[in-house]
Amino acid sequence: MNLDADVLATVFVGLMGLAILVYAILDGYDLGVGILLPVRADQEADRDTMIASIGPFWDANETWLVLAVGILLIAFPSAHSLILTQLYLPVAVMLAGLILRGVAFDFRAKAALDHKLAWDRTFKAGSLITTLSQGYMLGIYVTGFQWNWANQLFALIAALGVSVAYSYIGATWLVLKTEADLQRRAVQWARSAGRITFLGVVSVCLTNLWVNPHVFDRWLQMPLAMFVLLIPMLCFLALLGNDMLLKRLPKAGDRHCGVPFALVILVFVCCFSGLAFSFFPEVVPGQMTIWEAASAAESLQFILIGALVVIPAILLYTAFSYWVFRGKTTELHYH
Amino acid sequence: MLETLLFSNLLSDTLMLSRIQFAANISFHILFPTITIALCWILLYFKVRFDLSGNPVWMRAYRFWVKVFALTFALGVVSGITMSFQFGTNWPGYMETVGNIAGPLLGYEVLTAFFLEATFLGIMLFGIKRVPNRVHTFAALMVAIGTSLSAFWILSLNSWMQTPTGFEMRDGVAYPTDWWAIVFNPSFPYRLAHMLIASGLTASFLMAGISAYRILKGDPKQAPRVALRTGLAIAAVLTPLQVFVGDLHGLNTFEHQPQKVAAMEGVWETENGAPLLLFALPDEAQRRNHLEIPVPKLASLILTHNPDGEIRGLNEFEGNHPPVAPVFFAFRVMVGIGLLMLACAWVGSWHLWRNRVSSPWMLKTVVAMTFSGWIATLAGWYVSEVGRQPWLVTGVLTTADAVTPVAPANVGLSLLMYLALYAFLLLAYLHTIRLMARKAVQVEEFETAEIVHFTEGAKA
Ligand code: HDD
Ligand code: HEM
Ligand code: HEM
Repeated sequence: MNLDADVLATVFVGLMGLAILVYAILDGYDLGVGILLPVRADQEADRDTMIASIGPFWDANETWLVLAVGILLIAFPSAHSLILTQLYLPVAVMLAGLILRGVAFDFRAKAALDHKLAWDRTFKAGSLITTLSQGYMLGIYVTGFQWNWANQLFALIAALGVSVAYSYIGATWLVLKTEADLQRRAVQWARSAGRITFLGVVSVCLTNLWVNPHVFDRWLQMPLAMFVLLIPMLCFLALLGNDMLLKRLPKAGDRHCGVPFALVILVFVCCFSGLAFSFFPEVVPGQMTIWEAASAAESLQFILIGALVVIPAILLYTAFSYWVFRGKTTELHYH
Repeated sequence: MLETLLFSNLLSDTLMLSRIQFAANISFHILFPTITIALCWILLYFKVRFDLSGNPVWMRAYRFWVKVFALTFALGVVSGITMSFQFGTNWPGYMETVGNIAGPLLGYEVLTAFFLEATFLGIMLFGIKRVPNRVHTFAALMVAIGTSLSAFWILSLNSWMQTPTGFEMRDGVAYPTDWWAIVFNPSFPYRLAHMLIASGLTASFLMAGISAYRILKGDPKQAPRVALRTGLAIAAVLTPLQVFVGDLHGLNTFEHQPQKVAAMEGVWETENGAPLLLFALPDEAQRRNHLEIPVPKLASLILTHNPDGEIRGLNEFEGNHPPVAPVFFAFRVMVGIGLLMLACAWVGSWHLWRNRVSSPWMLKTVVAMTFSGWIATLAGWYVSEVGRQPWLVTGVLTTADAVTPVAPANVGLSLLMYLALYAFLLLAYLHTIRLMARKAVQVEEFETAEIVHFTEGAKA
């Protein structure tokens, strides 16, 4: 196998996109559950169930972030340096959030009773810090690292938008994994979050078209527009359909309890494809393309061989793990 | 006056702050993997013993230690995620110069190790009721393999930074020419072996120490006794092995990084028949030692296997050798603890074997050694890493050339945040481990009721 550098760069930007998308979906739902965690002292049972629903998965979910950053570093080292030095402080804040929630998860189970509530609050705060900083970074990134007030405002809106979107997928995860009263409340959370997500998606789309003329051209160019406009349409249909479905949940026999989660995944896929379509082949919008940033073909080929062998295996045993923990969340037996 | 000047200079320096930040982050990170890498294999051993014999004492030991493992693993994961961002945020020059080599090695770690351990960890911790027993044991095996693979790849990268091979420089950027030579670079086998054994020692002393603590607190059960015996036995086997491997490691370093060994031994002038210094105060300003306690010819004997062998002194490398005092002292701390461990493990094991029970003073000594592995591991890494300075990648890239252009104020801010967070987490970790040990004392023997994750606090 001997691929040239340009092909390799395309393959790797595809892999990176996949890793980011899978991360946003998987860690998205567990961060969302964290954001939704009720923190009144008398809601301990709900907290236990909610955290138990993500217990076996969160660690592997976060690993997709490590993979995404890893691919950025492996395949596009100069973009990696540029992005991470530009985002120095928000990255540090995000890491603090990730650290707090990761350890809170384990400490809560082992701490003395009087500290458990404090760790639960830490868990919630850590989740929120993480999602806010991720959204903020996304906002700064798509506007090409300009530090003026308009971009700051946009980044702040993106921070809220991403947090709400994560709550949305988190709530639908709970609809799938929980029962009775908690499930009913999750349905309510999902409906509210879905509506705000809708507003967020619309405003981000419009702003993006408005501030980036080349994005505008790209989306509205005939005849391509006929196809690509399917993406936002699908997205809005999924959001709408989900809202209507959620109104009727939970149904007798718990039918369709997994559909909202699937629909939100569809929303995420659409939003992500939209972003990717807007910016490809730039890794740093307005500053650097993937061909300029790509690292040596020797290195990419060496890792590609491994990736092609290992990624299917990862998907297989990930699927196995979800299968093992299928069905409603029950008590977690800690061994 | 002088002090404020020095201080403000130090603090306004992005390079210095980034170095402190990196050292703080990696030092914090290694504390947890160094336990989990080996602890996971010990857990697998408990589990297999239980599967084979059906004796519940193995299951009790497994249950207690798997909780310690879960907590430690979580701290390892979150601090590791921080590590994976450090290269980009603080050492952009590193990835731009050697990214073609470092990238794939880190990538293989993520692909082959992190996903494996993280996914099967879920099944190992929470799946015992949901999968057949064999699948559960298999999950524990996968986690153990995953953690060891992590160590394999990251140490390959670190060793390559110490002794780079298999690459060529074009326009100031390193390009791989031979991946085999890169992965299995000259210092890698020694570093990997030494680190894995270090992990074994850290975990076994932790296990022995906490078990001894429980016995001292009046725990009448068999499980802590089994764990104590296991911990001490593992340590008794591994300590001499570690001294041996450490010696080989030193010989390898002597060949590839003589200036590091000169700093470890505190040798200023090139000497035949150099003494081993039990103690000294290296003084870089005057380029000599004070208060030496020498053992004649021993350093030459160890390093060249000839009492009159030549050791090249630091003066041959002036301007191109690491700061002497930190390397010199860190080396003595590591070796000192290694020898203490040897004594403790052997006397302790012999004691247990002869008398069947341990005396209070023996138990107290073992408790005092609980975290000795941490100190030795950190000291060892400081020898390695400070000893590599001023190079980041020996002969290819200096640390100063790799540093971030980010403003010092930002680095200072993030550094303060990390330090505060780490201090807090370390305290919480130690406190919780102690709490768990105390709680375990009160739990009944062979309690068969499940230990339920989320109501655990309520029950205890
Ligand atoms: C429990 C931990 C532990 C113990 C008891 C020892 N070491 Fe060690 N040592 C380490 C843990 C460690 C380490 C943390 O794992 C290092 C840092 C890098 C590495 O691969 O291993 C290390 C590095 C290290 C180096 C630096 C090599 C280099 O980077 O160039 C030398 C020469 C030795 N060791 C030698 C010894 C000797 C002669 C010991 C005999 C008592 C010894 N170590 C005990
Ligand atoms: C896990 C145990 C490790 C410890 C305790 C450790 C410790 C340290 C310390 C104390 C320094 C600062 C040296 C100085 O500035 O004088 C340093 C530097 C560094 N180490 Fe390590 N290290 C470890 C492993 C690694 C590994 C596995 C890698 C790479 C894969 C690595 C890469 C670096 C880099 C890039 C620096 C540059 C910063 C600097 O030189 O200050 N280290 N490390
Ligand atoms: C610069 C150096 C390092 C980086 C960038 C790094 C990165 C990471 C990351 C991202 C994780 C989390 C993986 C997950 O999501 O499951 C992790 C965990 C881990 N790391 Fe590191 N690491 C470094 C140094 C080391 C060293 C020196 C060792 C051991 C010799 C080590 C061994 C492990 C292990 C065993 C884990 C699994 C978690 C645990 O056991 O606590 N790492 N590391």
